[in-house]
Amino acid sequence: MPEIKVTPLGAGQDVGRSCILVSIGGKNIMLDCGMHMGYNDDRRFPDFSYITQNGRLTEFLDCVIISHFHLDHCGALPYMSEMVGYDGPIYMTHPTKAICPILLEDFRKITVDKKGETNFFTSQMIKDCMKKVVPLNLHQTVQVDDELEIKAYYAGHVLGAAMVQIKVGSESVVYTGDYNMTPDRHLGAAWIDKCRPDVLISESTYATTIRDSKRCRERDFLKKVHETVERGGKVLIPVFALGRAQELCILLETFWERMNLKAPIYFSTGLTEKANHYYKLFITWTNQKIRKTFVQRNMFEFKHIKAFDRSYADNPGPMVVFATPGMLHAGQSLQIFKKWAGNEKNMVIMPGYCVQGTVGHKVLSGQKKLEMEGRTTLEVKLQVEYMSFSAHADAKGIMQLIRMAEPRNVLLVHGEAKKMEFLKDKIEQEFSVSCFMPANGETATIPTNPSVPVDISLSLLKREAALGGPLPDPKRPRTMHATLIMKDSSLRLVCPEQALKELGLNEHQLRFTCRVQLQDPHSDPDTLNRIYSHLKSVLKGYTVQHLPDGTVMVESIVLKVSSSAEEPNTKVVLLSWSYQDEDLGSFLSSLLRKGLPP
Amino acid sequence: MKLYCLSGHPTLPCNVLKFKSTTIMLDCGLDTTAVLHFLPLPLVHSPRLSKLPGWVSKDGTISLEKELKECAGRVFVDSLPEFCPPERELVDLSTIDVILISNYHCMMALPYITEHTGFTGTVYATEPTLQIGRLLMEELVAFMERVPKAQSATCWKNKEIQRLLPGPLKEAVEVWTWRRCYSMQEVNSALSKVQLVGYSQKVELFGAVQVTPLSSGYALGSSNWIIQSHYEKVSYVSGSSLLTTHPQPMDQSSLKNSDVLILTGLTQIPTANPDGMLGEFCSNLAMTIRAGGNVLVPCYSSGVIYDLLECLYQFIDSANLASTPLYFISPVANSSLEFSQIFAEWLCQNKQSKVYLPEPPFPHAELIQTNKLKHYPGIYGDFSNEFRQPCVVFTGHPSLRFGDVVHFMELWGKSSLNTVIFTEPDFSYLDALAPYQPLAMKCVYCPIDTRLNFHQVAKLLKEVQPLHVVCPEQYTQPPPTQSHRSDLMLELQPPPMPYRRCSVLGLPFRRRYERIQLLPELAKSLVPAEIKPGISVATVSAVLQTKDNKHVLQPPPKPAPAPPSKKRKRVIEEPPELMSPKPLLSGALPLEPFLSLLHKHGIMEVKVEDTPDGHILHLQAEDTLIQLEEDSTHIVCDNNEALRATLRDLVLRFLQKL
Repeated sequence: MPEIKVTPLGAGQDVGRSCILVSIGGKNIMLDCGMHMGYNDDRRFPDFSYITQNGRLTEFLDCVIISHFHLDHCGALPYMSEMVGYDGPIYMTHPTKAICPILLEDFRKITVDKKGETNFFTSQMIKDCMKKVVPLNLHQTVQVDDELEIKAYYAGHVLGAAMVQIKVGSESVVYTGDYNMTPDRHLGAAWIDKCRPDVLISESTYATTIRDSKRCRERDFLKKVHETVERGGKVLIPVFALGRAQELCILLETFWERMNLKAPIYFSTGLTEKANHYYKLFITWTNQKIRKTFVQRNMFEFKHIKAFDRSYADNPGPMVVFATPGMLHAGQSLQIFKKWAGNEKNMVIMPGYCVQGTVGHKVLSGQKKLEMEGRTTLEVKLQVEYMSFSAHADAKGIMQLIRMAEPRNVLLVHGEAKKMEFLKDKIEQEFSVSCFMPANGETATIPTNPSVPVDISLSLLKREAALGGPLPDPKRPRTMHATLIMKDSSLRLVCPEQALKELGLNEHQLRFTCRVQLQDPHSDPDTLNRIYSHLKSVLKGYTVQHLPDGTVMVESIVLKVSSSAEEPNTKVVLLSWSYQDEDLGSFLSSLLRKGLPP
Repeated sequence: MKLYCLSGHPTLPCNVLKFKSTTIMLDCGLDTTAVLHFLPLPLVHSPRLSKLPGWVSKDGTISLEKELKECAGRVFVDSLPEFCPPERELVDLSTIDVILISNYHCMMALPYITEHTGFTGTVYATEPTLQIGRLLMEELVAFMERVPKAQSATCWKNKEIQRLLPGPLKEAVEVWTWRRCYSMQEVNSALSKVQLVGYSQKVELFGAVQVTPLSSGYALGSSNWIIQSHYEKVSYVSGSSLLTTHPQPMDQSSLKNSDVLILTGLTQIPTANPDGMLGEFCSNLAMTIRAGGNVLVPCYSSGVIYDLLECLYQFIDSANLASTPLYFISPVANSSLEFSQIFAEWLCQNKQSKVYLPEPPFPHAELIQTNKLKHYPGIYGDFSNEFRQPCVVFTGHPSLRFGDVVHFMELWGKSSLNTVIFTEPDFSYLDALAPYQPLAMKCVYCPIDTRLNFHQVAKLLKEVQPLHVVCPEQYTQPPPTQSHRSDLMLELQPPPMPYRRCSVLGLPFRRRYERIQLLPELAKSLVPAEIKPGISVATVSAVLQTKDNKHVLQPPPKPAPAPPSKKRKRVIEEPPELMSPKPLLSGALPLEPFLSLLHKHGIMEVKVEDTPDGHILHLQAEDTLIQLEEDSTHIVCDNNEALRATLRDLVLRFLQKL
């Protein structure tokens, strides 16, 4: 029986280093190729030796698809393609293709230049890797080869994020990447049509959370920022350069404008300006409102938000700073955090998910003393706030997507095992579909039951449709008879006569003739008449005809009556039928043998 | 399968395809050449135009002084300009299921089709097509509504009167179908019916037909369309280009193996080379500016203007014209320039890669930033204050009948220092200039039409090999003005099927097959038998289910177990259910093996008699005859039903069932 196999190399009952292998209809596809933020050793990257022990991956993979530019979805890409070795196509959307290399380069700089790691991919490798990228447009059907096709859907989450449908023959898989089912200030909501995939591979970051209204969260956020700034404190908001950063910038920008606030807002330099430029050029990927008004006012041209300089961190007075990266695990956000952590007037707002092992995660879990590099400890006095602004679907959103796509099976990745367990039960209950949640390295095998496409001759189809009447009768379904001709790889369904003709075969006529003797003291025509009325009354729903040439016809079976002059009361009824009428013919002969009713 | 042709204009087509119970409109182009018969609509009062004499027939019997004016020997209608929309009588427009749009120039008649006609279908177009098409419509409406003109001339349309008018008004056809411009409300309503599609997106129509837009290389978001079922394929080629300008290159390979290829939108100026024209454009522009004159470029607000600006971006520095201001005046100038920068996915590779840097794909961003190019919504307001001469003005409408261009023609027409350069190929420049005569201004004709020429089309068709080609009749003969140029027409084998306005063509292919799905349970139950080497057959008895034009074969329902009936005795009285016949049989019944099989079943006494066509077997003990021939078997058995059934089954063992 055909089956689809799904093996997560990363993101199986975990968040980070998303990398999922799918085998479908003889094709192998890698979905995402991310790195893990919580590790600095080998575990940082997916274990590609699962695919092959020795050498390059090209011959084992038909294609690689990257859902969006977050490093936990694309961070291992140059390592995989250039250091392990893969030369096949890598698919991603245009914005992802534009932004992904910049984030990779940034990541490389932090790892190699600052932390001094060796055995890491180089700038050139990033460039070489990006040369293998084929851009993907929304809803475009891309034919990877003759059998494998992929199609991208809008996923919200970040600029250019996509869900992908992978299809081989009549089997299909949808991989959601990260998605958001509620539109926000700059992105639209994820959408997919009722494509009924065999498997829906969904993220489940917020598997158990049902978030309150976004408006409340935003008001909360603004209130906290405002209060801190009012009392002269500094607010640090660690973000990734692209994504939530733009969302929160738009939020603060409009708030500052409305409240006429003067405290400076900074955005840590480097990526930012460039980042906003990408948003301007890829405005078609943002939400409807921004797209509609961009000619009059481009939402990504900020008036109140200025570039940050390292020296500003020591300036007196209130300020708000957006700094990268988002989980406080390195870079500028961590530096500023170290400077400001000692003052209780200050505040850090974590607007997104933090992976285990990062400073962000520790701070959020309430640690007041942090061990830093070089055995120093850092006392955390500033206020810590967590506010979920990450654009992931919550439990309600995940259920909503399942309802939209109507999958036959669901498979959860990109979430914590316990929460997944809960969601899995809920999905199985509500949709009565199987739900899988394989761990990393574990394979989920999902049987599929594809129907077989066949070419039916139009004349046969039309004839059947006409016989079936304008509306099918569910109580008395018509059975259709046809011949399936299998030649090479083609399957054709034709009516039997045509099949004979096409195959150059002659029909073999099989006929039966039966003489039944009846005792009936009437003249021959009268006997025939009596037979006629008898059959007419028994065979309801059949055509029974009394023909002028002295025969009775039931459908295509002919009955004749004769008698000999010697025994005029012994009638011989002659029946003759072909094999096609066997059921009826056999019935008639048995019926007549029992004689006529008086 | 039929094709109804609602427009006779080869580059502004409007055809309706009926295919597998769907009705698909291919483009709805608006023939705007009718406006050339009208007087220009000036933005400010023009004494010259208002003083034109009214027209009176030579014998003085007919006088339409109010409706018709004479200028330099030609007669013009003094009324709000009118357009010639697609034919409305040939097809009931309310039955149209979908409209496929190929590019923003070919959708300008949309409100005439979708509004007030009972149309309830969907329009499919790419995002740039929709956005830029909307801009062009908005512009058209703004041009018309800015200068309200109450008068609507209709008397001249009377057949008896039109007959007496001088040419070219006399030759104008379908004048009764001409319509005024639509309103913005109608535009919005029409465009609300558009559903966006991306290149290579497979769109299912009612489960019966699949349509797919393909890049056509002519304009931002321009597409050709594939309309196909599992077995038939129609390609619709409209406005395609093989030149490398700004749009994504044309997708040619997907057009292969079409049963029918409908070919429209070839170049209107087959003798002009776009590159050469671009060079001429630049040199004329430079010459005029250097001599202290102004340059007027009547153009559409999107399309070739992007290429012209890009060309000038490189040219002005080298020609020492960097200080000459470039003005782009249109109600939608700003939007057009802004929109062009956000459609990276729809641009050629070269421009696409700029976005990755990130830089705007078109250099006009830099022209605007450095103040070399300025754009204004109209001649009033800021423009009149900031306007410096000599300058280059890009403005519409290219017909010179309405829009800001009318003002510049009146303003600059009197001086021979100035030049008007025609780049748009849609209108004859002599006709466009007619109501401005006498004119001192220099006129240069550099039409830039990047669409396929006959040479390129011949090569394309050779490559994609369609079985049949359908095209406007204009393409099947050389242009009337160059009747000796047999290279300026389509010569194909088999010859293309020409169409004209109001033609109805039967497209030459027969559908033979349809796709059906066998449910896995049914497929598993089939027993294939090899009839010939490599060919197997299986009899299928199944229930056909058709839903949303998709056909599925299910296993027949299992007969319900007979209820424990009290009338058991009567069971035999019940006639068999009316069922479809048994399978057909094929093969031959070999005598010897059959005899030995009979023997095995206890039938020993068989007398074989040879006949010319076979044998007759007498089963003497059973008083039964079996007549064997090559293609038939006849069993004559009178009173032994059990024996007859046995014999039947034995015979069937040798035969194949179909």
